[in-house]
Amino acid sequence: MSLRAHVVVRRGALLVDVDLTVADGEVLAVLGPNGAGKSTVLRVLAGLLAPDGGRVALDVPGGEVVWDDDEVHVPPHQRPLGVVFQDHLLFPHLSVTDNVAFGLRTRGVRRAAARTTAGAWLDRVGLAGLGDRRPTQLSGGQAQRAALARALVGEPRLLLLDEPLSALDARTRLTVRAELRRHLAEFAGCTVLVSHDPVDAMALADRVVVVEDGVVVQEGTPAEVARMPRTDYVARLVGLSLLPGQGRGTTVVLDGGGVVAVGEPAEGPVFVAVRPETVALYPARPEGSPRNVWPVRLVGATPHGSTVRCDLGGEVPLTADVTATAFAELGLVPGSSVWASVKASEVAVYPR
Amino acid sequence: MPAPLLVPALLGVAFLVLPLVGLLVRAPWSDLLPQLAEPQVGQALRLSLLSATLATAVSLVLGVPIAWVLARSTLPGRSVLRAIVTVPLVLPPVVGGVALFLVLGRQGIVGRFLYEQFDLTIPFTTTAVVIAETFVAMPFLVISVEGALRAADARFEDAAATLGADRWTTFRRVTLPLVAPGVAAGAVLCWARALGEFGATITFAGNFPGTTQTMPLAVYLALQSNPEAAIVLSLVLLGVSLATLLLLRDRWLGRSGSPVA
Repeated sequence: MSLRAHVVVRRGALLVDVDLTVADGEVLAVLGPNGAGKSTVLRVLAGLLAPDGGRVALDVPGGEVVWDDDEVHVPPHQRPLGVVFQDHLLFPHLSVTDNVAFGLRTRGVRRAAARTTAGAWLDRVGLAGLGDRRPTQLSGGQAQRAALARALVGEPRLLLLDEPLSALDARTRLTVRAELRRHLAEFAGCTVLVSHDPVDAMALADRVVVVEDGVVVQEGTPAEVARMPRTDYVARLVGLSLLPGQGRGTTVVLDGGGVVAVGEPAEGPVFVAVRPETVALYPARPEGSPRNVWPVRLVGATPHGSTVRCDLGGEVPLTADVTATAFAELGLVPGSSVWASVKASEVAVYPR
Repeated sequence: MPAPLLVPALLGVAFLVLPLVGLLVRAPWSDLLPQLAEPQVGQALRLSLLSATLATAVSLVLGVPIAWVLARSTLPGRSVLRAIVTVPLVLPPVVGGVALFLVLGRQGIVGRFLYEQFDLTIPFTTTAVVIAETFVAMPFLVISVEGALRAADARFEDAAATLGADRWTTFRRVTLPLVAPGVAAGAVLCWARALGEFGATITFAGNFPGTTQTMPLAVYLALQSNPEAAIVLSLVLLGVSLATLLLLRDRWLGRSGSPVA
């Protein structure tokens, strides 16, 4: 049993054309910048938007149920799904219990039984005793937990999470993310998580699909995507400098002109990925003979925890994390010329 | 404040307030209760309350669905529909009364059919009063509810759909409770307008005490014969108007945005 979807939607200038497959029990993250079409894909899967083309089907024992194709469009209320929206969308006129019971009531469960089940789900998501409250009387994290209970109470086959954590503050986010991870592990159906936050995607998903401008640009496990990004967007998200070039043994000639020495030999079109914390900056050309030394210029700097993230321009454009002390000692201002160095063994190289 | 604005503003306020003050000054306060106890007055008041309430009920049943179609459906020609629905707002009520008479009178397109098939005559009955009031007052309800529907977050309806609710269930269990304050405000406006209806009523329903003579008609008639009674009846209508205003202020300002439980 699994979800197979080929979603084609035209939205103004953007043509969304995305292929997704989600196995039972699997959590697929659709990661992408705002406006890439991720939410459009989610709306199609939910049945809230009829696609312009493609096919959405759910495998069931002994066959499949088609939700969308050229002839069929199953409306959302006939799809066995649960959706958690970004800002929870709990009905303000119903108590928390009645919100969670809503999906049972619409499917014909009697009021008392629905409320009992809803209460059990509230216990499960850690909201025991809050069932009589109105959604406005819940904190952001509590509301999102209630929304999760509401989505799961009907035992859906497909769970859709639309930026479920992005409305929460950083601290709450951490706890709710951990709880969500636990609930997703227990959930037997397919899960599609839409997010622009790589941490959510990496922490919650078994597999990540990166969507940019309406198409899938990369697909893999969170670890693969984090280690070997294939587009600038993903590289920026995971905090890597991504440099396309041509492999010539243990050196790579970058498309932008520079040369990078790498630890493992590579041939043909490759990506070079450099982690910011492996880049060292020097006021003058460093002594000795490190293989990777380039003159660079500071383009911009932003505080990043206890370090300063420096965007460097030059033949080899890089990002470097230096300590605040080092940043001050180097006397860096935008436009400063410095030398950047990185060990060849620290540079990742993989085919394009 | 600049005088060119302040002076006309004060004049305007005086213009609006003075007639009401005049009414209060001329009111036969000592004679009030006996006047109100007149059978004619009680009759007119009961008829007015009954017909305005029925007109509001009809407007709710027909007008809320119109508002939903205008605000939520993707039907083509909705702007034309909106224009049609709001025509009675700008149409002189007398014209509305004439139009109703032409359609529902014994010689009218629908009226002849009703008379010949069911022996039903509508004009000059209490039913005609309710129809005339509904015709004039329903647009107030439609406009108010449509505004509330547009202001309500339609994503709650998406959420309901993903929870297995079809569109009718969604409307009953989610949309309607969310816009309840707007519906209530629209109903009050509609009721107040129906209560004050004069032109369409007198044209279509006539002026028969006990069956079609509502308060405004009684006021008009009394002014010719018994000015004191006219003033008393006017005071009653003024009181109802002020009560309406207070009720709406509570709806709009007191519980702004929060749905009625």
